[in-house]
Amino acid sequence: MSGALIEAEHVSVTMGGHLALQHVDMEVRPGEIITVVGPNGSGKTTLLRALIGAVPLSAGQVSRADGLRIGYVPQKLSIDPTLPLTVERFLSLPVRRDAQARARALTQAGAAGLEQRQMSQLSGGQFQRVLLARALLEEPQLLVLDEPTTGLDQPGSAGFYRQIEALRGETGCAVLMVSHELHVVMSASDRVICLNGHVCCHGAPDVVASAPEYRALFGSGTGGALALYRHDHDHHHHHDHDHEHDHA
Amino acid sequence: MTTTITTTMIMTTSTTMLDDFLVRATLAGIGVALAAAPLGCFVVWRRMAYFGDATAHAAVLGVALSLALSISIFAGVLGVALVMALLVSGLSSRALAIDTMLGVLSHSALALGLVAVSLLEGVRLDLMSYLFGDILAVGRMDLAVIWAGALLVLGLMIWRWQALLAATLSSDLAHASGINPDRERLILTVALAVTVAVAIKVVGVLLIAAMLIIPAAGARPLARTPEGMGLMAAVIGVGAAVAGLQASAQFDTPAGPSIVCVAAVIFVLTQGLAGARGR
Repeated sequence: MSGALIEAEHVSVTMGGHLALQHVDMEVRPGEIITVVGPNGSGKTTLLRALIGAVPLSAGQVSRADGLRIGYVPQKLSIDPTLPLTVERFLSLPVRRDAQARARALTQAGAAGLEQRQMSQLSGGQFQRVLLARALLEEPQLLVLDEPTTGLDQPGSAGFYRQIEALRGETGCAVLMVSHELHVVMSASDRVICLNGHVCCHGAPDVVASAPEYRALFGSGTGGALALYRHDHDHHHHHDHDHEHDHA
Repeated sequence: MTTTITTTMIMTTSTTMLDDFLVRATLAGIGVALAAAPLGCFVVWRRMAYFGDATAHAAVLGVALSLALSISIFAGVLGVALVMALLVSGLSSRALAIDTMLGVLSHSALALGLVAVSLLEGVRLDLMSYLFGDILAVGRMDLAVIWAGALLVLGLMIWRWQALLAATLSSDLAHASGINPDRERLILTVALAVTVAVAIKVVGVLLIAAMLIIPAAGARPLARTPEGMGLMAAVIGVGAAVAGLQASAQFDTPAGPSIVCVAAVIFVLTQGLAGARGR
């Protein structure tokens, strides 16, 4: 395993008869921040779910370091309105935590003092921070975040990413996240993986930004924010088309 | 000398107590209400109401099979309910229109059960007692079976509570914490089948789902936490069983439906309370 926390080797995932991921190789090493970028439907969420063991692999394998603790922050969590749930009760799932640990995690996540609130009464930003606090209670060596700032405004999401970086500094955990916000990705990540069903390119942010495969997906010459919108509308990528660098 | 007399007295008292059909009925109702309360909460939270109905409707087929095979009604109903629940559970992981599939399965099983019962020769069967329950005819043996089943379900719920809750919130979150949500769903499925099998005598096939859903729904406005809702549902369910049976004896109304009516009244009251508090 060469010291990696988690490693995917030639991972392929089929969902509903459609190849969502093919031959993905990647690894996360202790303490690094890795961001996965890619157009809609490129398999970003599927990759994270494959890594945490929530989807069956059709080929390849995922290996984890022994006793790896993962803190997972899903893209969204819809809580049925018939389920009464206070923040402090939510933090004690699935493992019960004492009040002190809960308060500390909320503070770390920037959501101090919300213990008694109902989950359904939280704002979008508070909700995401509570999800983060729950993940922190796992004392994770690896924090997995799936578009954690969906539904947050610009300052809100900038603040959220600063929090993540600060947490990495504080706890030394590795971070693997999916993000649409390319400008954030480029400034805050150690490595970037550009995904489109397969790994198009990966490496340090500046290397990826100048890679032809990345430019083909996101356009060139923009700081990122513009490309974010352009790729959604101008390009249509299909997972089953042939790539010149396809694996044999 | 004194000891002997006391023992005899206690034995006599307990014998006479259980000899009273209304006491037996009340104990049976309480047993079912206790098992149905936490399970009913999950049925509500996971939107499995129709699933509960389908499992319960299949129970008539179980009754017919038990009579045909001369096995105990409890075993027959448990078997068929389990098969039905697993079938539905397996189907729901596919991308079919699940409410349609449930409608087909649920009513087909009910119809098949009714037809099968009519084909049984030499068996005089009071179908009404299975459709609406026959709680006043609960004997000592029934009482033992009901409480054994209820305690089993209650034990399962308490044992798996944290994992069940996590899996109900999000299967991905459960996976990330090393919980297998499919296994938790299977546990709920088994618990549901056991509950149907023990409740058929108490409220009958057509009203089992009511005992699952109404107390849980009635508890929702009064609860801040999942545990609070489970406890309140138990209080409401037990209250409805006791009050419903008293009302049934008083006004000579059918017992099972009377219990469900009381639960429905409590539901309306708690909803009103929540509405008043909201304003």
